[in-house]
Amino acid sequence: MGLEQVPHNFLTGRLEDLVRWARRNSVWPATFGLACCAIEMMATGAAHYDQARFGMEVFRASPRQADLMIVAGRVSQKMAPVLRQVYDQMVEPKWVISMGVCASSGGMFNNYALVQGVDQIVPVDVYVPGCPPGPETLLHGILTLHEEIRTGAIMKRRGPGKGAGIQIDNIDGVTGSVRPVTITSS
Amino acid sequence: MGKFSGFRITIAQVFKPKVTGDYPNSKRPKPERFHGRHVLNRYEDGMEKCIGCELCAGVCPANCIYVRGADNPPDSPVSPGERYGFVYEINYLRCIHCDLCVEACPTEAITETKLFEFSFTNRQDAIYTKSELVVDDQGRAQRQPWELWLGDEDDQTSGWMRATASAGQAEFEGKVGWSGELGVGVRAAEPSQDKTRTAIAPTSEPEEVALG
Repeated sequence: MGLEQVPHNFLTGRLEDLVRWARRNSVWPATFGLACCAIEMMATGAAHYDQARFGMEVFRASPRQADLMIVAGRVSQKMAPVLRQVYDQMVEPKWVISMGVCASSGGMFNNYALVQGVDQIVPVDVYVPGCPPGPETLLHGILTLHEEIRTGAIMKRRGPGKGAGIQIDNIDGVTGSVRPVTITSS
Repeated sequence: MGKFSGFRITIAQVFKPKVTGDYPNSKRPKPERFHGRHVLNRYEDGMEKCIGCELCAGVCPANCIYVRGADNPPDSPVSPGERYGFVYEINYLRCIHCDLCVEACPTEAITETKLFEFSFTNRQDAIYTKSELVVDDQGRAQRQPWELWLGDEDDQTSGWMRATASAGQAEFEGKVGWSGELGVGVRAAEPSQDKTRTAIAPTSEPEEVALG
């Protein structure tokens, strides 16, 4: 029993607006700086661009308490399972901003070591271009995300995706045995 | 006082001017040679500068540019030369704004604006096609609805191109070595960065400069 069974009327309509307003004004990001984009992410939180103005001053060190994952930087193939686990540990509703060209598409690092686009492993809501994006650009992406939250469905649940089907060989350092790991969404 | 003495710094900050900007409503001024979103320039008569030579696509380290050249239609040419770029796409989820394309361009067709405030909700929006990149009939960059343009910053389109003109040699400082742009004409050279010398008066007419 949840809000899904409640028929839409003027009361639940206002309630949806209230929920959206509350969510939009308290998007707490998870601390997940990966590379040089994280420096600009810190600058976004600093005094000149102060993202506390948008109710997101606290970078949560625990994914359980975070709503937004800003993937700031290139994601290496080794980091991909970690990133997916941090995403899975976040509670719904959760959003992902792919910050910078490396996270969005691999950028200039078109090689075997990096994930060519973080949307292969997590669903991305907003892509922020730039190398790295300045604080203005990241804030523009955050405002785009606010608009998505304001107009989106509040009961959205992400269905299980197919994942990227990436195979990673997990090599045991002691025994040397190789265990293949497939990254899927479920 | 004792334990409250630490609040002295906090209270003193209250009376200092606020450094936080009002970002979505105003921007901090950007440098003269800032690298932002690209534009495709046009000559003063409205013809496009791009000749479809694909040098920009060849030099791009991120492989974000896709150009196809075609022969100009004889009755209605798009560019003054023999060929023109009939497909021009830039993927902004790959572009790192290094401006190597601007330096490689032989006709100053592609330059970068100061616009850096844009974001996308899907990958398809990030690929700018020629219809979005080329300047409008006033020579201004087109303002896309997902970009944040403020004021008249869309007329500052080619700072870095002028900075790197004539192979970046110091004796070309203050000399105009670039062609005119639609709407603004031939832009003046930027003032000398060397404060010890007296400023060189910019020449108005484009000069023929010998390279090498």
